[in-house]
Amino acid sequence: MDNQATYNYKVVRQFAVMTVVWGIVGMLVGVIIAAQLVWPDLNVHEWLSYGRLRPLHTNAVIFAFGGCALFATSYYVVQRTGHTPLFAPGLAAFTFWGWQLVIVLAAVTLPLGITSSKEYAELEWPIDILITLVWVSYAVVFFGTIMKRKVPHIYVANWFYGGFILTVAILHLVNSCAIPVTLTKSYSCYAGVQDAMIQWWYGHNAVGFFLTAGFLGMMYYFVPKQAGRPVYSYRLSVVHFWALIFTYMWAGPHHLHYTALPDWAQSIGMIFSLILLAPSWGGMINGIMTMSGAWHKLRDDPILKFLITSLSFYGMSTFEGPMMSIKTVNALSHYTDWTVGHVHSGALGWVAFISIGSIYYLIPRLFGREQMHSIKLMTVHFWIATIGVVLYIAAMWIAGVMQGLMWRATNPDGTLTYAFVESVKSTYPFWTIRFLGGLMFLVGMLLMAWNVWKTVAGQKPYDAPVLAPAGSHA
Amino acid sequence: MDINDLRSILTVLAFATFMGIVVWAYSRRRRAAFEEAANLPFTEDELPGAARQCKEGKAS
Repeated sequence: MDNQATYNYKVVRQFAVMTVVWGIVGMLVGVIIAAQLVWPDLNVHEWLSYGRLRPLHTNAVIFAFGGCALFATSYYVVQRTGHTPLFAPGLAAFTFWGWQLVIVLAAVTLPLGITSSKEYAELEWPIDILITLVWVSYAVVFFGTIMKRKVPHIYVANWFYGGFILTVAILHLVNSCAIPVTLTKSYSCYAGVQDAMIQWWYGHNAVGFFLTAGFLGMMYYFVPKQAGRPVYSYRLSVVHFWALIFTYMWAGPHHLHYTALPDWAQSIGMIFSLILLAPSWGGMINGIMTMSGAWHKLRDDPILKFLITSLSFYGMSTFEGPMMSIKTVNALSHYTDWTVGHVHSGALGWVAFISIGSIYYLIPRLFGREQMHSIKLMTVHFWIATIGVVLYIAAMWIAGVMQGLMWRATNPDGTLTYAFVESVKSTYPFWTIRFLGGLMFLVGMLLMAWNVWKTVAGQKPYDAPVLAPAGSHA
Repeated sequence: MDINDLRSILTVLAFATFMGIVVWAYSRRRRAAFEEAANLPFTEDELPGAARQCKEGKAS
């Protein structure tokens, strides 16, 4: 046993712990800016003003929290389903420290107002270059590990992780193309409507590949593992993967309805967004049906509660998204808080829930424990977070539809019924409810941090031995 | 033939490729291989120490 090779759990441990840390930081900033909308006096300094903190919030939750969860789980899954330790462990360590440096640089530059002002790609060009280096290393480690796997098949979760890594590389390279003027200022290579289209080709595929494909990789490994049965239909998972790959790329124009973008491009964006409902729901059904025959486990297993509820939110938001991409619906919803509600039903309900469930699965295994310190606390976390999400998205739906209706209302003589500020005034109660929902979600994360601490404290890091694949796979 | 014809051809090819993948995924001869792949996460269990349950029997 002593001289047996072990999986590289070190980098998985690092990313798993930082997922919790950055989750708390990113969501805390979210709660702060939610409070600033209700109490504008909280904009105490330009560094801490809403306009500076909002991109910090989105970058922190997407790339720091979500990114660390993706690194941790993909490194874990690719090793275990390939029966081989990570390829190039030194490079894997570089991806950890490099990614943390990117996050710290973001946390410094964004409050200072150093930004390229491209949504979800605000970081300036020197940081973009660092991201590229980290990402190429990530690809080398991940695909290198796949190449040296000891089994003939590449498990479907790895296809989703691989698709996510490749696509994000392309998106980042194309969208971040810029001409540097100084160390902290650059201008986009593109101009006018082309710039807008490339930005939202990037933006929507960041949703599709960073926030969907990667997390579907989690779903296809951790849901079967925790339910104790193989995925409902492996063939459906193959079709699910390729259907997402073939359709997601076209959906970006729905972010630019009724703009200078040509009408035909807007219509294509809308049609492909509607088509996306099919693979999204196919994948959701595939994940949820994996539970068939094991539904009783849902009663007392909080990890499964997180995983399965995340799939329900995935189904909800992938129904809502195509609906909102229909031009006439978009005419009502765009620029309102409905969009914010939609994003958070996906980000909190789907992305955060499946990450939390997966991290709860990983932490004990990475530290030689059988389970988390407190199962009860995990259940409390689940319910606090669920109520928080529901409060958040319900408040934003009502606020969004109300804003849309107020903005389009006209008097018989053609003048606007409401001034913009009247819609702001009417939104205050809903912003307060949203603040409370977000606060509850943050409290859940703090409970998680305490639970993780109690699970990990005093434990030695544990690296599982690499087991030879079973006979039928060799 | 201008560039838009090439674009149309590429779109049709992409669609045909996808339909080919669907037919391939649901073909009878892929059944055994996919079953084996679906069981990849279960060829071992990674709970440390006494909690380890050997599930290798499942991967037939």
